Amino acid sequence: MLHRLLSGDLPRSRILTGVLLAILAGLALAPFLFSGARPLNTAATICIYIVLVASYDLLLGYTGIVSFAHTMFYGIGAYGVGLALARVDEPTWGVVVTGLVLALMLALALALVVGLFALRVRAIFYAMITLAVASSFAVLASQLSDLTGGEDGVTFSVPEVLSPSFLLFENEVFGRYVDGKVITYYLVFAGCLLLFLFLLRLVNSPFGRVLQAIRENEFRAEALGYRTMVYRIWANCLAALVAALAGALMALWLRYVGPKTSLGFEVMTDILLIVVIGGMGTMYGAVIGATLFILAQNYLKELMAHGSTALEGVPLLAAALHPDRWMLWLGVLFILSIYFFPVGIVGKLRVRAWLARR
Amino acid sequence: MSAILPASKADPQADAPLPAARRDIAPLLLVPALMLVMLPLVGSFPTWLTLTVAGLAMGMMIFIMASGLTLVFGLMSVLNFGHGAFVAVGAFSATLVLLPMRGWLEMDSLLVNLGVLALAVTLAMVVTGLLGWAFERIIVKPVYGQHLKQILITMGGMIVAEQLIHVIWGAETIALPLPTALRGAILMGDAAVEKYRLVAVVVGLVVFIAMFLVLNRTKIGLLVRAGVENGEMVEALGYRIRRLFVAVFAAGSALAGLGGVMWGLYKETLTAAMGSEIMVMIFIVIIIGGLGSVGGCFIGALLMALVANYAGFLAPKIALVSSIILMISVLLWRPAGLYSNSRS
Repeated sequence: MLHRLLSGDLPRSRILTGVLLAILAGLALAPFLFSGARPLNTAATICIYIVLVASYDLLLGYTGIVSFAHTMFYGIGAYGVGLALARVDEPTWGVVVTGLVLALMLALALALVVGLFALRVRAIFYAMITLAVASSFAVLASQLSDLTGGEDGVTFSVPEVLSPSFLLFENEVFGRYVDGKVITYYLVFAGCLLLFLFLLRLVNSPFGRVLQAIRENEFRAEALGYRTMVYRIWANCLAALVAALAGALMALWLRYVGPKTSLGFEVMTDILLIVVIGGMGTMYGAVIGATLFILAQNYLKELMAHGSTALEGVPLLAAALHPDRWMLWLGVLFILSIYFFPVGIVGKLRVRAWLARR
Repeated sequence: MSAILPASKADPQADAPLPAARRDIAPLLLVPALMLVMLPLVGSFPTWLTLTVAGLAMGMMIFIMASGLTLVFGLMSVLNFGHGAFVAVGAFSATLVLLPMRGWLEMDSLLVNLGVLALAVTLAMVVTGLLGWAFERIIVKPVYGQHLKQILITMGGMIVAEQLIHVIWGAETIALPLPTALRGAILMGDAAVEKYRLVAVVVGLVVFIAMFLVLNRTKIGLLVRAGVENGEMVEALGYRIRRLFVAVFAAGSALAGLGGVMWGLYKETLTAAMGSEIMVMIFIVIIIGGLGSVGGCFIGALLMALVANYAGFLAPKIALVSSIILMISVLLWRPAGLYSNSRS
């Protein structure tokens, strides 16, 4: 059963299994384990980032495509749901679905066009073209303020079941009222779990094996008779659709869409960092990486603030430990990890477990 | 594409001169053609002149920033995603001279102004040149030949550099004053042309001509061009191509620094994120020009800036995506860019 659920791709390392189970339990029980809005927000962000990063890993880690347009698709999903809900007086599920379907269609069309246009060329060329396309899309979204709310973005209301004023039960359940926020959290959690399992299924299917073959040696894969172009475009479209779904969940959770949270270049660099640090080409890397990253983003900053105040007298070091500079240390970690453990945390753990078994 | 391949194979007559590559002039005509077509569309000559000069100035600055990147790519097949960071570092380094010497900049003497500017530019170029040298040694060197890792690691370098700018210069935007003598506009008939833009055009032309001469008339240029064509062969002939790599990388970075100072003065404000913003423009330009081609880069930069300026005047909504439209149309015409060496 478990074997089939995970598509035969088990963690293959005892430590990894333990950490993954801890993360799963933590995310599944987050509303009841922690109190307050911030931990729940952190947990939801982790869920969504896991899917977003895993879908990017389908491109980068499994197929060897470097794309900088992934946030564009993420943003399309978020804006699709957000703008649809902002347009109507009465937020219903029908509106959510309509917005989502429109967004998915746009994402698919764009992924096809970008893919057809640029996937014929080398990795470097594709990376540059997607960067250019994604950044003009972001400019468009922030400049067409009549449609998208510009830099400020749009806040909107969600269907009643998901709104914070909705209560499922009269009484507290395990010390917490099950309100719309908790329901939304479980919607996000379940959606992300399904999407993640889908991606796991995908990469362990024959299709996923072909993608890995393309990553390892495209020429050889082509010589075996696989039409690599078609596979690459499929990978591109699937990754785009999953990213758009993740964006839609993010919009429902935040009840807000704006260029900073969904289209910004920072989001793209976050995804890149997470994939590499977690481990390219391992779906579980996305889980570990996203969890570590979001926790660090939310809690490491406080630690750094302490360090910064402790080093007040030292001019540059205090500035380097300023909480806003946490990306500096992550960037250094990123470069070091490309050199010294290119397989990422998950790859490292698996290699260790494999060596121990021998 | 076939036009740049040698016209014939082995020549039986040893005395006959080598077959020269045929000149491919169609891209050269694009810029003047675009200017001419836009004249009736814009309508009034003074407006057209202002727009054109603005476009040329912007294009020259983008060329200065992009040329180093395209040269580095052509020579070592390294696409440095951190190139934008050099632009930002250059601009910020210039503030070390320009801000303390603000008094000198406000004097009404062209010579004093230019002297201070020259000092700032020199400092910026030295800093970015050294940074480029270190970047090549520390970050790029271990990953030659691995494109995926190159992209990732230079992105990482860009993130770190951007954060270091924050650490050193603080997180606020810095206002960069334009020297008094370069402020204001010159009236040419009815058209007002900003002085600084003229300066930018002149500097851009000087850099382009200097690069052209170095690449085509000196031995180093010969080696660089030969390295772009076939690095292994140059190495087999006994030249240390590694040294050439480092030197070109540092020179390209220094050019980025120069471009950064000029761009900073053009925009008059500096943010650490300017690097990643400019990166997008630079990429579009070198894609249009054809990866690795300096001449293509020059034409691409001018085309992009002119199109952006004309579109901004004629159809502001389209201006937002004008560069993408330009890129797509050029790639439909020539899939590998205006001038491409057949390898890429």
